Amino acid sequence: MISGRDEARQPVLVGERISKSFGDVQVLFSVDFDVMPGEIHALMGENGAGKSTLVKILSGFEQPTSGRILLDGQPVTLPRNGAAESLGIVIIHQEFNLAEHLTVAESLYLGREVTRFGILDRRFMRRETRRVLDELGSHIDENALIGSLAVADKQMVEIAKAISRDARIIFMDEPTAVLSREETAILFREVRKLREKGTSFVFVSHKLDEVMELTDRVTVLRDGQWVKTAPTSALDGEAIAQLMVGRELSSLYPAKHEPDVDEEVVLSVSGLSTGYVRDASFDLRKGEVLGFSGLIGSGRTELMEAVAGLRPRASGVVSIRGKQLVAGDFRAANAEGLAYMTKDRKGRGLLLGEGMTVNLTLQAIDQHLRHGYLDPKSEAKAMMRAKRRFDIRVRDEHVRAGRMSGGNQQKLLLAKIMEIEPNIIIIDEPTRGIDVGTKQQIYHFIAALAREGRSIIVVSSEMPEVIGLCTRVAVMREGRIVGMLEGEEISEQQIMRYAAGLRRQLAS
Amino acid sequence: MTSDTQADASPRRARTWRDIDLRAVAPFAALFLLLIVGAMVNPNFIGLNNLSNVATRSAFIAIIAVGATFVISSGDLDLSVGSMVAFVASLMILFMNSGVIADPALMLLAAIVLTLVIGSLCGLVNGLITTVGRIEPFIATLGTMGIYRGLTTWLSQGGAITLRSAEQQALYRPAYFGSVLGVPVPILVILAVTAIAAFILYRTRYGRHVTAVGSSRDVARYSGIAVDKVRTAAFIIQGLCVAIAVLLYVPRLGSTSATTGMLWELQAITAVVVGGTALKGGAGRVWGTICGAFILELVGNIMLLSNFISEYLIGAIQGTIIIIAMLVQRSLARKT
Repeated sequence: MISGRDEARQPVLVGERISKSFGDVQVLFSVDFDVMPGEIHALMGENGAGKSTLVKILSGFEQPTSGRILLDGQPVTLPRNGAAESLGIVIIHQEFNLAEHLTVAESLYLGREVTRFGILDRRFMRRETRRVLDELGSHIDENALIGSLAVADKQMVEIAKAISRDARIIFMDEPTAVLSREETAILFREVRKLREKGTSFVFVSHKLDEVMELTDRVTVLRDGQWVKTAPTSALDGEAIAQLMVGRELSSLYPAKHEPDVDEEVVLSVSGLSTGYVRDASFDLRKGEVLGFSGLIGSGRTELMEAVAGLRPRASGVVSIRGKQLVAGDFRAANAEGLAYMTKDRKGRGLLLGEGMTVNLTLQAIDQHLRHGYLDPKSEAKAMMRAKRRFDIRVRDEHVRAGRMSGGNQQKLLLAKIMEIEPNIIIIDEPTRGIDVGTKQQIYHFIAALAREGRSIIVVSSEMPEVIGLCTRVAVMREGRIVGMLEGEEISEQQIMRYAAGLRRQLAS
Repeated sequence: MTSDTQADASPRRARTWRDIDLRAVAPFAALFLLLIVGAMVNPNFIGLNNLSNVATRSAFIAIIAVGATFVISSGDLDLSVGSMVAFVASLMILFMNSGVIADPALMLLAAIVLTLVIGSLCGLVNGLITTVGRIEPFIATLGTMGIYRGLTTWLSQGGAITLRSAEQQALYRPAYFGSVLGVPVPILVILAVTAIAAFILYRTRYGRHVTAVGSSRDVARYSGIAVDKVRTAAFIIQGLCVAIAVLLYVPRLGSTSATTGMLWELQAITAVVVGGTALKGGAGRVWGTICGAFILELVGNIMLLSNFISEYLIGAIQGTIIIIAMLVQRSLARKT
């Protein structure tokens, strides 16, 4: 069936009608995917399209809810938790799985150390590591500590590790996200070399130009559905972008409410730099919903945390209504009416072991002090208010935050930061991991807050969200704001062009 | 109609039963069990005299453990408290011996104030080393443990430091041996310290911040809480509690030595853990801690009154208790 162009060639790995649900949420709908020997196959799609889940299923880290996997034409059940490496299926994660304190050679042989008479045969392992690295044309010292290597070199160690394990199919999840242009070039050269030897690659990336340059075939997923598989040569960047988005915005989003052009600027950021973010400048007007789009790792969260004072800034000025904020002082920013809602609601947003009320009042506890001590009645009243305002629904009033559904947690987190009565609200990933009904509610909360005259920054990796909510959209790429879109310009295709580096506005 | 209200009421009733946190109840159940065991071992045990003696003797550990509840709730650990007792007590006695203030009552008052200040400063040092110095509390307080102990040994030149003035001793004695309305002073002090601590932990902004910092430093930071200040303050409270324990300790013997307070840190931590406070931070239980301190002292007392276990085994028994307490705590942990 596979294109039929070469009957003799059989795909190494096939996923047939793969579906996957997590609880009630279905994330993959009967997806077909195959990898030919000696092929570089790009897997593309927006955030949340189901790429990562598909990769995890095809590498044994998740089991499909339905559908089957064929290896060399034989149906198989892939062993769990990376044990599929023994079958030659290796996954290189975006965050490396390398222990910083081991040497390169030790890393390569981690978990399958070679011994002689029960003692580690370190000489053999070093020699073999050298051989593999030489084969790759890499200059990395096999005795170097992983912690001392540059990011690209770590990537290379991961690849060497995969090769030393006789990998036949290597999954690479956004391998170039952390690499410089030169490092990317080296990586691509090595990948091509390995392709000549028959190794297959699945290349998950958002970067259209790299996909065009490197890959043989492209498969596009959208909303968990298979959209198209085609030879890369038959497509261009525009076509792929179209395939990835190609969706209409529905009534999921409330009507936009554009602030007047002469509305006062409440937040002004100029020339802000941190370790990664470079020279970011933007203004936020009263009642505005400003979007921040870009790929994962483009520096949006880092920029926002620096604006809020949760992270030090190397240079730049942040001022609220003309008053400059002290760098790195989150409490001072709070006091000026700026609130930051983290995207990590479980790790940074809520105390999972505590009840709703403790969480709700944590940031604004001073409001509930009477003669210096806490007034439980006042806290309970605030909880009642928040539940009504943000429609938090729980069956048990005393439920711990950790046991609430993602949607209710998110509403509770929003309620929590609203307790400090902020005028400027930075919301990082407002709807990550919550169902569509709650998403819609949160969008309406955001719109309502803007109509009340509050100013909101929405940082989101989901483009439809940014487009549906925001009247202006800043696009970030590699730590810089590369575009500021307004009105008609705000479209998925435009954002994608900026985010993937096909276009860029020169900052004046 | 009737069936409706029933259906509505029944889950609520079931919930209140399920809602009782077994970890909070467990130490009190254990205390109750011990009292029964004690009564069976020796009829004298359950007498009011014996029990009030036990409670009095538990005062030092109980009060120190109240401070430890704060430190542990905020996610830290203080190993230096035993040495701190010896160090603060030595300084207190040396000051009283110095005779800089002639009037004995005024002298005593000044000594008490000085002790509280020194205790707080010792705690502050621990707090600053852990927060500003960014050193693991285990290591930081292991260091100060050695420092406070070493300074005590040096001050006492390896021997004992004794309160010299008989007049002052007579004046100060009632602080440990006296009683008000038939209740020994140390028990009153325990109750007062615990009540204040419980109020601070459960009913003030600071207490809420301690819980937040202990549960998750990240959440606390993203909620605009000054995490380092909260942690440092917990260490200061610990130092203050040590000083209060010293105020009861000095009138008891009128003397300290290099071995004063040896291993008290372990007993204090045991009391906290037995009392149901999670060692990883978060939920602090002040009354549970007091209960834990009583349990430790009661076990020793029962062993003393019984004939079939040697009292030399007390350390082993206390060690067993902390392990059992941890196992119980984990098995009772409510599933997430």
